[in-house]
Amino acid sequence: MNDNEAIRSGFEAYTEGVEKSLGKFPERKKKFVTGSNAPVERLYTPLDLEGRDYLADQGFPGSYPFTRGVQNTLYRGRFWTMRQYAGFATAEESNKRYKYLLEQGQTGLSVAFDLPTQIGYDSDHPLSQGEVGKVGVAIDSLADMEILFDGIPLDKVSTSMTINAPASVLLAMYIAVAEKQGVTPDKLNGTIQNDILKEYVARGTYIFPPAPSMRLITDIFEYCSKEVPNWNTISISGYHIREAGSTAVQEVAFTLADGVAYVEAAVKAGLDVDEFAPRLSFFFNSHNDLFEEVAKFRAARRVWARIMKERFGAKNPKSWMLRFHTQTAGSTLTAQQPDNNVVRVTLQALAAVLGGTQSLHTNSKDEALALPTEDSVRVALRTQQIIAYESGAAETVDPLAGSYYVETLTNRIEEGAWDYIRKIDSLGGAVKAIENGYVQQEIQDAAYTYQMDVEAGERIVVGLNKFQVKESAPEGLLKVDPAVGKLQEKKLAELRGKRDAEAVRKSLADLKTAAQGSDNLMPRILEAVRRYATLGEICDVLRGVFGEYQQKVVL
Amino acid sequence: MDRKIRVLVAKPGLDGHDRGAKVIARALRDAGMEVVYTGLRQTPEQIVQAAIQEDADVIALSILSGAHNHLFPRVMELLSEKGVNDVLVIGGGVIPEDDIPFLKKAGIAEIFGPGTPTKATIDFIRANLKR
Amino acid sequence: MTDVPEAARRIRSGDPRALARAISRIDDGDPAVIEVLKALHADTGRAHVVGVTGPPGSGKSTLVDKFVREYRERGLTVGVLAVDPSSPFTGGAILGDRIRMQSHALDEGVYIRSLATRGHLGGLSGAVMEAARVLDAAGFDRVLIETVGVGQSEVDIVRLADTVVLVSVPGLGDDIQVLKAGIMEIGDVFVVNKADRDGADRVVREIRSMLETALVNGASPRALSGTGAADRGGHHIAFAAREAVSSHGYGDAHGLPPVLKTTAETGEGVGPVVDSVEAHRAALAETGLLRERRLRNVGYELRGALGNRLLARLGTPDAVSRLDRLAEDVVEKRRDVYEAVDVLFEELC
Repeated sequence: MNDNEAIRSGFEAYTEGVEKSLGKFPERKKKFVTGSNAPVERLYTPLDLEGRDYLADQGFPGSYPFTRGVQNTLYRGRFWTMRQYAGFATAEESNKRYKYLLEQGQTGLSVAFDLPTQIGYDSDHPLSQGEVGKVGVAIDSLADMEILFDGIPLDKVSTSMTINAPASVLLAMYIAVAEKQGVTPDKLNGTIQNDILKEYVARGTYIFPPAPSMRLITDIFEYCSKEVPNWNTISISGYHIREAGSTAVQEVAFTLADGVAYVEAAVKAGLDVDEFAPRLSFFFNSHNDLFEEVAKFRAARRVWARIMKERFGAKNPKSWMLRFHTQTAGSTLTAQQPDNNVVRVTLQALAAVLGGTQSLHTNSKDEALALPTEDSVRVALRTQQIIAYESGAAETVDPLAGSYYVETLTNRIEEGAWDYIRKIDSLGGAVKAIENGYVQQEIQDAAYTYQMDVEAGERIVVGLNKFQVKESAPEGLLKVDPAVGKLQEKKLAELRGKRDAEAVRKSLADLKTAAQGSDNLMPRILEAVRRYATLGEICDVLRGVFGEYQQKVVL
Repeated sequence: MDRKIRVLVAKPGLDGHDRGAKVIARALRDAGMEVVYTGLRQTPEQIVQAAIQEDADVIALSILSGAHNHLFPRVMELLSEKGVNDVLVIGGGVIPEDDIPFLKKAGIAEIFGPGTPTKATIDFIRANLKR
Repeated sequence: MTDVPEAARRIRSGDPRALARAISRIDDGDPAVIEVLKALHADTGRAHVVGVTGPPGSGKSTLVDKFVREYRERGLTVGVLAVDPSSPFTGGAILGDRIRMQSHALDEGVYIRSLATRGHLGGLSGAVMEAARVLDAAGFDRVLIETVGVGQSEVDIVRLADTVVLVSVPGLGDDIQVLKAGIMEIGDVFVVNKADRDGADRVVREIRSMLETALVNGASPRALSGTGAADRGGHHIAFAAREAVSSHGYGDAHGLPPVLKTTAETGEGVGPVVDSVEAHRAALAETGLLRERRLRNVGYELRGALGNRLLARLGTPDAVSRLDRLAEDVVEKRRDVYEAVDVLFEELC
């Protein structure tokens, strides 16, 4: 009798025993599922991994297919980058917050922009009313960007900017600020999100239609591969897809399908895959189901490695590596008993660390109520530090590997992702699948199912549909001064008065000509930015040439 | 006669987080209501005109950007300018408790924060229709 | 209580709140609105009613949005009725067509109303015809009706629109087959939308060849214009008088209706479609075919209204129990179905 046969007969005996006792000791529920509604068995054993090949499926950290991580020593070398997303109201205030966070031991900056900035409107645009400085910092021109990074040496920090549709403009502003500090572009480190496809399906800060948007993105790939070689040119994001209500499998599948679309676009634009692929990075959510999330990160690495090597024929191992930033799941935070959110964030952050993330943002407990206060941001950062220094989770590489459960989940998520990717391919790729609403429909169905499960009490959210208490209104929430809008408007008026109007006009005219043709737009945008053309003016030129995206709503 | 409740679900402001708006739209549909969804980035002016043309019984506003104190009262102001006083206006999203008294004073009938079961919103609408 | 003259006055003046309320009452089946509709009857018949139909996903809403823009640039006012399906299970509906048209929300020369089918079998709202009349009485120059695009909506729309725009799109595959069956009876202007996609020219060729085949197989198109054809719900009057209409700039020299390409997202090709709709309108008016078409449509409407009234009588408790007893008679072989209907008919009329 070989091992597996012995195990099988043992498993049968075990199952028989359990079933006998079920009458007397019934299980809590008929059906056990993961956070994403995938079935969970009572017990996992080596039988679940029968026929799998350790070297092909898992291998070693730092080696293909990178299931066990992209670095060979992972956090034994250095911890993940602790990067809290922050940006408040004005450039002046945000600058103060960044300096505070750097003093607190944070190792990278993460800039949140307000919505007018993200959608390419100046602060004095009618649609900006009431929005200026609300969810992040308002940046209208290079002048604001100079204040934002005042006293922060850009060759010493790595900066992540959550900016998509106008990513080229904000990147140009960053390069221009560095120039003024005497820092050349090749010394710059950081990331722009620059992922328009998930904006169409989940986040909503799009401006232009897909085709010109893809061009702006490939222009950035090309420009950065020559001029800003250490810049992560895109952060292909599943985070918002998950926040919109997707399952874990959908998060992996739709994100990687978007990734395929970007790679295809760049290859089609004439770039060599190994020239830009090493600078692609990813951004995932970390949700409540600890094991499923760890498996998700591991599966994502494996699928991406296979896509890059087998589908795109990339030769450089760096092109095969899926490096990612993680943020804990904002949508899991409850407005009820907000202190409980600290615990949720801890579990989610632990999943990200056990899953081998490269950088991490931990949400603050009050985010279901308002923008976080300084105190709650500190607790969120301390959560990461406790995991890093006290939990032991960072002492060995990929500690959950070999768990029958986690390996089975990893395999299942991989299979589910391939199914979706094949389906999207059959629809003509991610752009088409988004244009015809397929991706949106899948996400919304999952979101609705989740909500109905919570309302039916089939899914318990502690403090929300079970263990409720009577609460008084929380105090000390952060308020944004509504005068920020007026202040930005005043700064804009001054800027428009004192800049060289003719130089601005000419730089915008040149940009227009370039947009109508096929030249790389980055140098033109950089020139306009240097002349203090505003973000709104630059985006208006591009709106004029490219048109605007019309939302595809599926309900 | 088969009187249907008509609800305009609108997202004022610039934020693109429409998971809540879409979930509530579907839940209202499943409760037998007719739901007109206007999509993202709607100005108060557009919302009010749409509500009038659609003869909406209810306007449900969803916002997560923090601009509610500016945009919600503006919707109420425009409704009263147009002489519309029989539409029930409710709001949802990330809205701090502190702001609720101000919004209610402006005429928003109820604010539904994160975690509100869709059933609570449905029941509220049924109980508080103005016509 | 409705103040009928006041409501009618406000509707005639184009007051959107009055329009909106009247359409709701029609939709809800509120009998109070009938007096208002009667008061408005004399003011109807001026608007040109354009139906826009085609399969789901063909971009009808975006196209309608662009038609509105084009008409506004030409100085005409537009009312839009956009129909979406009701859920057969809950009776609720999500009406999402408006999303595409919200850029016109602030234009006083445009009125947009979303309607649900509310179980109406034809895939059009039962209220749509009366709603269109209200918009007509309110003085809108053009009334655009966007159908659900499934089921019988194509057949329904030809019974209520003056001009029907039939939209197809490359890449949906099977819908062409569906069109084939009734293509002659449906469209006056054929649009292939999403023309930037591969295969648009092929769809245009397919539609043209179907129209040509139909023309040839119909032997003499004029033969189609008899009363029998009207019973098939046809719009082939366009063919019947193809020589007449082609002299008005509608269709080509052979009398084939126009087949045009558009990219609704960018608005490309929309101008020529509106030109064709307008040419069709002029041709209908000058040849007297408009009157013929409306006569036929009102004929359908009268039949429908009569049928509804009979059905309503069947819905009273007395009638229901009478019907049940007759059904029992049929099952028990005491009568056959034909006899039972005779009895019912005698009693109802």
